[in-house]
Amino acid sequence: MLANLLSIASSSDFITRAMIFGVKPWFLDSYVSSTAAGSLPKQVKIVEVGPRDGLQNEKNIVPTQVKISLINMLSETGLSVIEATSFVSPKWVPQMADHTEVLQGIQKFPGVSYPVLTPNLKGFQAAVAAGAKEVSIFGAASELFTKKNINCSIEESLQRFSEVMHAAGAASVPVRGYVSCVLGCPYEGKIAPAKVAEVSKKMYSMGCYEISLGDTIGVGTPGSMKEMLSAVMKEVPVGALAVHCHDTYGQALANTLVALQMGVSVVDSSVAGLGGCPYAQGASGNVATEDLVYMLHGLGIHTGVDQQKLMEAGVFICKALNRRTSSKVVQASCRL
Amino acid sequence: MVAAKRALPWLAASLRPVSSTAAGSLPKQVKIVEVGPRDGLQNEKNIVPTQVKISLINMLSETGLSVIEATSFVSPKWVPQMADHTEVLQGIQKFPGVSYPVLTPNLKGFQAAVAAGAKEVSIFGAASELFTKKNINCSIEESLQRFSEVMHAAGAASVPVRGYVSCVLGCPYEGKIAPAKVAEVSKKMYSMGCYEISLGDTIGVGTPGSMKEMLSAVMKEVPVGALAVHCHDTYGQALANTLVALQMGVSVVDSSVAGLGGCPYAQGASGNVATEDLVYMLHGLGIHTGVDQQKLMEAGVFICKALNRRTSSKVVQASCRL
Repeated sequence: MLANLLSIASSSDFITRAMIFGVKPWFLDSYVSSTAAGSLPKQVKIVEVGPRDGLQNEKNIVPTQVKISLINMLSETGLSVIEATSFVSPKWVPQMADHTEVLQGIQKFPGVSYPVLTPNLKGFQAAVAAGAKEVSIFGAASELFTKKNINCSIEESLQRFSEVMHAAGAASVPVRGYVSCVLGCPYEGKIAPAKVAEVSKKMYSMGCYEISLGDTIGVGTPGSMKEMLSAVMKEVPVGALAVHCHDTYGQALANTLVALQMGVSVVDSSVAGLGGCPYAQGASGNVATEDLVYMLHGLGIHTGVDQQKLMEAGVFICKALNRRTSSKVVQASCRL
Repeated sequence: MVAAKRALPWLAASLRPVSSTAAGSLPKQVKIVEVGPRDGLQNEKNIVPTQVKISLINMLSETGLSVIEATSFVSPKWVPQMADHTEVLQGIQKFPGVSYPVLTPNLKGFQAAVAAGAKEVSIFGAASELFTKKNINCSIEESLQRFSEVMHAAGAASVPVRGYVSCVLGCPYEGKIAPAKVAEVSKKMYSMGCYEISLGDTIGVGTPGSMKEMLSAVMKEVPVGALAVHCHDTYGQALANTLVALQMGVSVVDSSVAGLGGCPYAQGASGNVATEDLVYMLHGLGIHTGVDQQKLMEAGVFICKALNRRTSSKVVQASCRL
């Protein structure tokens, strides 16, 4: 075994060879540290946003069948939540124009949820008609961002959402709430933690079962994450909170770690780190699910995700998009 | 960069949104050891001319960095990228208050370094027997004997020595590395007289948990004030691992401008963590580094152009079109 390892290791693509020989590279499982638990959650639910947030922010559009195949591959990894698509007007988001076909075309694995974005009542109705069993709504902690994005104030956006909430309640459809710009806004700059707490509280009170706090432009650092979460946790129970960190400045995993240390146990990520940043050309966006899983597994935290299958899904979609993966784990493991 | 700053003027100022409650148990200041010109360039496939190396180091000297690892006095047969070590060390401007340590694998290298004007040197140990065997063809014990020759000469010449321990969180040959082994090697090097021990996750496989375990073991043998972490970002874990080290009291961090330096064990993989990204995190945490991020980014842009490669720094990728 040692001799095999040595000869494999001496080649530059030793990881690939290891995989060919059926020796699973030991570090793909990363080292489980027994003392890591400390104040960290024992398990983390990963919300995979690649097919929606990821593909929506990629410059190349992929065919419907590719999206369906991607989601089916992700369903095989053990992920329990996969954000499938977005019921917004194709005029605004052409990448999601095939939302109905995607939602109806994917295999619905038992135990896996496939939430879809619904910006308003019309989108919600179309989503439910297409078979959606869970939806998401998108708020923001920044007035300017809300104005720029959906041409209204935060207060008006919450009114629109309450229509969705009523309809969802009547249809027994759970709703996840997103709050954008929680650590900074491309237009307003600094965002007060109190504002994030206020918007989160309102969305939670309206009936969202979970609030995903998004560092939309990735400017946050562990300190600002801690401050923001401290404020929000006064208004929303930590069990109902998720973090959605962008890696635009390389801070995503450090920020996520701090959130875990504070008791957050739901993390959003995107396979292969799909999705750029619309505010900084060439910059990265979502944190890569593979890199997140690597950290969580190394910390001894249970995710239910099969890293190998996840990497395969990432390799698949990167080929289809003709782009290099943003996942460092995948970059280290093969030649993509 | 200029366009981005005009479009997002607040970004320039808030490249360091400071959190006032971040301090907690974190150090108030961190010394960054810039290893780009040595560890970085040594692991890049393209070799740059001596003058480019000198210009890079001079630019880095202007950023406020207080330690810049300049070159390596190893045989050009093994490390051709560092063949011009004497010219580099003698060609750079030596800024007051800035230290320019050089690597010296043995007594011969040490003597050449001192003859060329070196005022500080570094020695490289490892926590893995197989790695040591593969790298320098001897056991850990034998490598420490070689180092003790350097230590004696350095002591006699009043030259401070920094000790590196490689593979502290994993080895490309041995796999898992016992924290106790890291502690043992660190203790030996510290006892021999190294003023600081830099603990390197050479292949970047560590995660915050394994970092914590390893540091707990090492801190029983070496005071935390004499410890540094040198995290590779091969699996994207470097900043998270560095954060945990800071939370445990470590206040010296190694990094490489533009994230120079790949990984010799995984083709196409990244290596060193980018200094710009590290500085972004530290400044955001309200930790003082003395480093001017703007000038640092300029140095990174310069060397990437010379190397004809894209920067590995996410901060730079977000700020301009490189």
